[in-house]
Amino acid sequence: MTDSGSGDGLRARPDGGHGNQLYGPQHDVAGAAGYPDSPPRMGFFTDTSVCIGCKACEVACKEWNAVPEDGLLLTGMSYDNTQGLGADTWRHVAFIEQRKPLGGQEPGVSHEDVDVFDAAGRLGTGSAPAGQISPLAPDGRTELRWLMSSDVCKHCTHAACLDVCPTGALFRTEFGTVVVQEDICNGCGYCVPACPYGVIDQRKDDGRVWKCTLCYDRLGVGQEPACAKACPTDSIQFGPLDELRERAEDRVARLRAAGVADARLYGEDPTDGVGGDGAFFLLLDEPEVYGLPPDPVVTTRDLPDMWRHAALAAASLAALAVTSFVRSAGRGRR
Amino acid sequence: MSGSDVTRKGVEGERPGRDAVTGEAAGRRRRRRGGRGERSMVPDAEFSSYYGRPILKKPTWKALDIAGYLYLGGLAGSSSLLAAGAQATGRPVLARAAKLGAAGAISLSLAALVHDLGRPARFMNMLRVFKPTSPMSVGSWLLSGYAPLTLAAAASDVAGRYRLVGSAATAGAAVLGPAVVTYTAVLISDTAVPSWHEGHRQMPYVFAGSGATAAAGLALAAAPTAQTGPARRMAVLGAALELGTFQLMKRRMGLAAEPLEKGRPHVMLRTAEALTAGGAVLAALSGRQRGRALATVAGAALLTGSAALRFGLFHAGVASAEDPKYTVVPQRERLRARQGGQEA
Ligand code: SF4
Ligand code: SF4
Repeated sequence: MTDSGSGDGLRARPDGGHGNQLYGPQHDVAGAAGYPDSPPRMGFFTDTSVCIGCKACEVACKEWNAVPEDGLLLTGMSYDNTQGLGADTWRHVAFIEQRKPLGGQEPGVSHEDVDVFDAAGRLGTGSAPAGQISPLAPDGRTELRWLMSSDVCKHCTHAACLDVCPTGALFRTEFGTVVVQEDICNGCGYCVPACPYGVIDQRKDDGRVWKCTLCYDRLGVGQEPACAKACPTDSIQFGPLDELRERAEDRVARLRAAGVADARLYGEDPTDGVGGDGAFFLLLDEPEVYGLPPDPVVTTRDLPDMWRHAALAAASLAALAVTSFVRSAGRGRR
Repeated sequence: MSGSDVTRKGVEGERPGRDAVTGEAAGRRRRRRGGRGERSMVPDAEFSSYYGRPILKKPTWKALDIAGYLYLGGLAGSSSLLAAGAQATGRPVLARAAKLGAAGAISLSLAALVHDLGRPARFMNMLRVFKPTSPMSVGSWLLSGYAPLTLAAAASDVAGRYRLVGSAATAGAAVLGPAVVTYTAVLISDTAVPSWHEGHRQMPYVFAGSGATAAAGLALAAAPTAQTGPARRMAVLGAALELGTFQLMKRRMGLAAEPLEKGRPHVMLRTAEALTAGGAVLAALSGRQRGRALATVAGAALLTGSAALRFGLFHAGVASAEDPKYTVVPQRERLRARQGGQEA
């Protein structure tokens, strides 16, 4: 959890706060990326507890960024026909239907005992079997819990996609966000399996990769990103990350006090496996229920270890080759 | 009261609604799919997911290009070692075969790499920056030094001119060769793909052994028995390194080892092990034979075995990215262990 004390401690690092390039807390991402006087780090706080699943964010993102159509398909996954983030989907609203017993409620969304054709046939002739079709709990509330959450690129503090990009097409902006430069990306595809959240992907007919830019163009002129602007309930909140983190702490405390024990923050912790997300969430269930990894770690955390082993392995191979020749010299040539 | 889930396949999973475990009913709560009579290496894992959809994006790389690239890089780099050794110990036929092998393999692998790009015309952007955090950037710079050396070494050998330059190029290629072989392991390990990342400590050694057997195989098939003594020893040592570290890797990978034991990757990897082990034995025996038949068979087995290993590992990685289980379950366990540690 973020407490301001540890934040200040990080700011006062003896190495000027630019340590932890691969892993761990990093208070000054833009500074570490080489911006001497950067604006505060900007990000998203997506409070899923007030999301109504209107998908205005999906539409606004597509409109503003001219993102092409991503397939028209009925999935049967509740109201989610978008399916997931990808090259042509930079905001994705997840829908999860749950039969979650709350208090004295009877969990009952099953309508097996209702013959819909029979009911339709009797339409207008009698009273609708309302009690059966919309089962009510003793306290008068329905038991279907419908979770909605608008997912987006996390703009990681330690972004694997950015670390592994060989061309420098992916870069850190002065706002601390992660953006692809479409005129440089050569479509090597390395960033795609590197992202621990499965966000960035290749646009097949184009060859390059695409993802959320946190509306870099809008930020540059002091506007908020299109999705946050369009969100009617302020489920998507945009602002300086420090402020958002504080606001999120308050919000989750309030929800918990109101009895929503499942409320939790996801990706807000600067000590987590990716150094904290620039876009974090308030969730009402385990992250994996929303299709988010429960404990992601940036792959480059282990890169020094990998290089060390690769060097040792290369030395072993050279030694193996030398042995193959030396032995023969000793025993005469064959 | 009973509950059920409406899925794309219809209604399923009758469960007592009131007793349903909170929150876990949304995504399917799924038992591992039985892999056609195969033994499971780990206990059944239950986990939640978003409609069973993968969390990671699977690699966009084409198997033939990138698995082929890993294989050819190994063949080339190890061949450069053989070439330098053969040149230094006066084995001209072996040296020429290895030099040509290295030059040919690295040219093909570069072609595969360019072919796999979404924008092949922008290949040169690979040399736009140097980033130690990107194995592909490091590899591009490595190859841009190594490939010309192998070409110069091979050209001078074939033409029989500029021998001094040729020797220097041969030596230079031998210095860079081992790095060309092992960096490709870092290339695929430095991803979120469970079955690649979890093997990151052992994979470079597996690739080193596999590269050695491939180069030895090529030499055995192409050079006379009188000159291939070192190649035979290299085959045996390489096979031992590869097979030993491969077993170790699988044991250390935890749940991420499972995709290596299932379906097509399993068949490929088993074939790889059999061909490499068999090829090494035949290679050792071929030293006692006058004819080249046995050596040729051994060489073919070693070359194919090395390729099968790379393709098997490639496909296992893709399979591990496509199933959310390999992402969620180990991370959940890690979290649980950490929380347990905090309470203790
Ligand atoms: S979520 Fe993925 S694509 Fe977005 S910054 Fe992090 S690693 Fe990159
Ligand atoms: S596909 Fe483009 S953005 Fe991704 S790693 Fe390659 S060059 Fe960088």
